[in-house]
Amino acid sequence: MTVPALTRPRKPRKLALQERTTASGLNVVAVRKPGVPMVELRLRIPFLSGSASHPARAAVLSDALLTGAGSFDRAGLAAAIQELGADLSVSVDADRLVISGNALATSLRPLLDLLAVVLTEPTYAPAEVRGERERLVERLTIARSRPGVVAAEALAERMWGRHPYALDLPQPDAVAAVTAGIVRSMHEQWVRPEGATLVLVGDVSPARVLDQVDTALGSWTGAAPTPRIPALTTMEGGPLLVVDRPGSVQSSLRMGTSALTRSQAGYPALQLANLIFGGYFSSRWTENIREDKGYTYGPHSRIEHHTLGSTLMFDVEVASEVTAPAILETRYELGRIASLPVTEAEVESVRQYAIGTLALSTATQAGLASTLSALAGVGLGLDWVLEHPARLSAVTVDEVSAAAAEYFAPARLTSVVVGDASAITTPLAALGPVESAGSAEA
Amino acid sequence: MVKIPAPSFELVHHTLGNGLRVVLAPDRSAPVIGVGVLYDVGMRSEPEGRTGFAHLFEHLMFQGSATLEKLEHFRYVQSSGGMFNGSTHVDYTDYFEALPSNALERGLFLEADRMRSPRITEENLANQLEVVKNEIRVNVLNRPYGGFPWIYLPAVLFDSFANSHNGYGGFEDLESATVEDAKDFFRKYYAPANAVLSVAGDLDPDATIELIEKHFGGIAKRSRPRRPDFSEPPLSAERRAQHHDAHAPLPAVAIGYRVPDPVTSMDEQLAYVLLAEVLTDGDASRLQQRLVQRDQLVTEITAYVGQFGDPFDERDPSTMTITAHYGDKKSLKPVLRAIDEELDRIATDGLEPGELDRVRTRLLSVLLRELDAVLGRTLTFAKFELIYGRAEMATELPARFAAVTEDAIRAAAGALRPKRRAVLELVAGGAR
Repeated sequence: MTVPALTRPRKPRKLALQERTTASGLNVVAVRKPGVPMVELRLRIPFLSGSASHPARAAVLSDALLTGAGSFDRAGLAAAIQELGADLSVSVDADRLVISGNALATSLRPLLDLLAVVLTEPTYAPAEVRGERERLVERLTIARSRPGVVAAEALAERMWGRHPYALDLPQPDAVAAVTAGIVRSMHEQWVRPEGATLVLVGDVSPARVLDQVDTALGSWTGAAPTPRIPALTTMEGGPLLVVDRPGSVQSSLRMGTSALTRSQAGYPALQLANLIFGGYFSSRWTENIREDKGYTYGPHSRIEHHTLGSTLMFDVEVASEVTAPAILETRYELGRIASLPVTEAEVESVRQYAIGTLALSTATQAGLASTLSALAGVGLGLDWVLEHPARLSAVTVDEVSAAAAEYFAPARLTSVVVGDASAITTPLAALGPVESAGSAEA
Repeated sequence: MVKIPAPSFELVHHTLGNGLRVVLAPDRSAPVIGVGVLYDVGMRSEPEGRTGFAHLFEHLMFQGSATLEKLEHFRYVQSSGGMFNGSTHVDYTDYFEALPSNALERGLFLEADRMRSPRITEENLANQLEVVKNEIRVNVLNRPYGGFPWIYLPAVLFDSFANSHNGYGGFEDLESATVEDAKDFFRKYYAPANAVLSVAGDLDPDATIELIEKHFGGIAKRSRPRRPDFSEPPLSAERRAQHHDAHAPLPAVAIGYRVPDPVTSMDEQLAYVLLAEVLTDGDASRLQQRLVQRDQLVTEITAYVGQFGDPFDERDPSTMTITAHYGDKKSLKPVLRAIDEELDRIATDGLEPGELDRVRTRLLSVLLRELDAVLGRTLTFAKFELIYGRAEMATELPARFAAVTEDAIRAAAGALRPKRRAVLELVAGGAR
């Protein structure tokens, strides 16, 4: 038996998209994407600020936003949303606040009405804010007991220094200082339509959706804030930082460096170089340290996008006793891809993978909505998705090798490992300079 | 009440001479397809002394096959623009790909090739043993709340080895697995007649059946193993146990109850599914209001039916679980008391006006939404074909849920008595 060849690809159907900026400055994108009779909603509001008190306040606002609005108390609001077969949830990071939701397509208009009440008349009752604040502190405690979170925080601090991107999760004492009054004034200043993007994707008519948004959200007005935003710091490699987590049976390695953004010319080549290195299962890193050596369940490398720039990130958890050999192999693969050309077969494989998985991830209503919302944050749209396969097709093997040489050089990467320091520090020191940090569970 | 549209998917059935059951769900709206093969064997069927074997075997199915060397399966799927995975469940094991539709025949070939003969060698077994041990380290041993409660609660709630053992496996058991064990397991459980093949998405049914006959038709027929009766009598007295978690900073509890047979008593079981939503789905639910918002005793509370939160994923015996996280271990008693009181209140006073309708509307739209992705459809239809014998059941759920009465939910709440439950307390050993 031989493996069957691929047949001729079928082109995806053209999507009907309509876009409008409302009188209050809200950018609205509506896409008809038939499938199930549902609609997906993503409201993305810029939330980047250089103020030190901002992250904790934003986290409490995010958790308390749906605890009451207008004439609805917390349970009443939840019941009204549920009745529509709908859901709303809120998340925040250093770049943006996102209200995500979905509903039966026939319930979109009433869901937009409820969203308007949340945006324009949030209650932030002191008891609710206090309750959410306390729950957030407990959730932060739980998050920081995970080795991956400890490692990500230590790496972010090294990569970003004093920049807001260094602070993925707020500190408990900062959260404890957030009052209902503070949250209310933050909402007043930050939760504004100007500069925000509302994406709606589903079994809906785009023209009708735009009109529904105009009517439902017309009362939500206000100019965007003008925060002071610090420039990104320059990242440097440096020695491997060892963070002690006594009793760990695995070590969590995290590495990172700056990368190209989606709008930059070299991005498609870097995207393919990353896939070859560790961005998909058939990558060099996975085939080496998982499928050959069995050191790990799986290594991953990826390009992450922030509003101000992108990063190339690496993560892997390896058994404690093979920490040094796993890092040795990792550095070998980094050095190999940075100094020797990649092959044509490797490039063809990742090219098809990148094109195919982009189609898969945007073939669902939820996937397309999330993709368009993320792209909107950096000023890109559906065209980027539609044109990206052609950009990937045009990348040459030499361009991929050149991108790998620049971005995967081991000396360029900032590295952190979290594990049982008493077991791993000495073997790691044999490979090169290490630096010790305090204990994660002290 | 909002009207819930029933999902409309044409389903095509076919059975091969070797007994392989096929379900096709054509939908030409996007040029993508899903291919899934479900084998009717899961964690419950692994032999004593071989805990975790069904999952370890799942890994071996990716290590090469009749025609393909190690690593080739992954490479063929991904260089076709697709993604793949597999997962081991209580009662079945699935293998699947999502692909651009021009890779349909390739996807079918890849599944047929390993159904014909996976390449099980000492070297592959030794390698995947290390991979699986690292999977267990990352998901269980090195992680706070790892494996809680799915690994530990069945040991309290059930007695038989099949129902109570750790499905991820102990390291000693995993290390003693042999190539011969794997070959026996394959011969016994991976017969075509013991599997369902599901293909959804951009396909023509007749041409697809032809391709399926071409690639799977030549696989020899083997007898389908008899599935043992795994049922156990319900608990007659409360059981309690503790689980010590060295990394967890805060305590937690998991409370398990048996639920009616999901297949033979489906209408009764659906009442428990709705009851779980009434209890903890969203800020308007009974236990969120009582324990999170009013009493502020717990940070999080969740109720679900099915060991992994999917009520349609397993046969009898099945479970309803309530898990809660809280800051102070002394909260356990009032948390249990509050759950009992709220269940009593539902059993005695029934539901509020509109409560059942809104909970049901949301649950059905969640189920509908899961069918939007081609892989979600592929695996959902395959699962209903395997466990219920009817893929169509997936599209009939709105009608089945609509028929559940308030009285049935009251009866379900009334049946969840303290003497019927297993309580597993997580003792936090990590630094705060």
